[in-house]
Amino acid sequence: MQSHGAGEAGAAAWDGGVAPFAIPSKKLGLWLFIVSDAITFAALLIAYSYVRVASVEWPKPFHFYPSIIVSSVMTFCLLTSSITMVMAVAAAKKGQVGSAVKWVFATMGGGLAFVLLHANEWHTLIEEGLRPTGNAWGDTALFGATFFALTGLHMTHVTVGVVVLLVLALGFKNGKYPADYVEIGGLYWHFVDLVWMFIFPLVYLMSAVVG
Amino acid sequence: MSANHAHEHAESNRLYLVVWGALLFMTVVEVFLAYIQLPTGPMLLILMGLSVVKAGLIVAYFMHLKFEVATLFWCMVPMWVLVMLLLFVFFPDSFRASDLRFP
Repeated sequence: MQSHGAGEAGAAAWDGGVAPFAIPSKKLGLWLFIVSDAITFAALLIAYSYVRVASVEWPKPFHFYPSIIVSSVMTFCLLTSSITMVMAVAAAKKGQVGSAVKWVFATMGGGLAFVLLHANEWHTLIEEGLRPTGNAWGDTALFGATFFALTGLHMTHVTVGVVVLLVLALGFKNGKYPADYVEIGGLYWHFVDLVWMFIFPLVYLMSAVVG
Repeated sequence: MSANHAHEHAESNRLYLVVWGALLFMTVVEVFLAYIQLPTGPMLLILMGLSVVKAGLIVAYFMHLKFEVATLFWCMVPMWVLVMLLLFVFFPDSFRASDLRFP
């Protein structure tokens, strides 16, 4: 982190010419969105933990194989899509349009794989009788409510991210968007990855069943 | 702690790959802990510790916050932590909620 830092826009601070964070306004806007979204997810995770601790019974429907293995693969997909996003931003900053677009598409591939595996998992659980209002295991209904709310909101974020990346890749390829936009889209993508780093252990690993 | 925008590209790519490897390694450790079925207390402590480290790595390196002006960090992260602490204020109630339920 730099300790000094105002941007040099050529005008005095009182004229509004100084950028105190020394980043483009769109990037600052996305950072502020990320902070508020982080609070949303944290509140949901804390609510989930609260009702779990307050419940007498809490179902553990995630067998090590296949559930935990598949969700580990999903985690791998997201982490890997983050590193391809880093490569995309690096290429975009160097002006290598073709390479950047290729890496963005690789990132979208990771995101799509995540969504497909996740949707398949939802399908399996729904077939087993899991609903937001109850489940076939006879335990507390709050498991379904919190599970669908948490993972559903996250899956929505991933889906929106894939669409955003597609728009960014096409716009960057056509020269409509600057490299900054790729970086800002990347910020959002990394954040979605970060959120999963908390959902995965709290929802899946804490409810794992071996054997 | 300085901005390395003119850093060697190959070297910075290697840094990102190392971070990626560390994230994957910590994930494998977490899954292993689930496999050996650690007791809930230590399990939760270790999992959350690793998750915070992973989140820190993602924010610092992948999201470049380490290389931004420090003001950005100080304007966002402490207030987020404060909000988290405030959300936890009522958490102890969950420990007695099941006793309060009408039989």
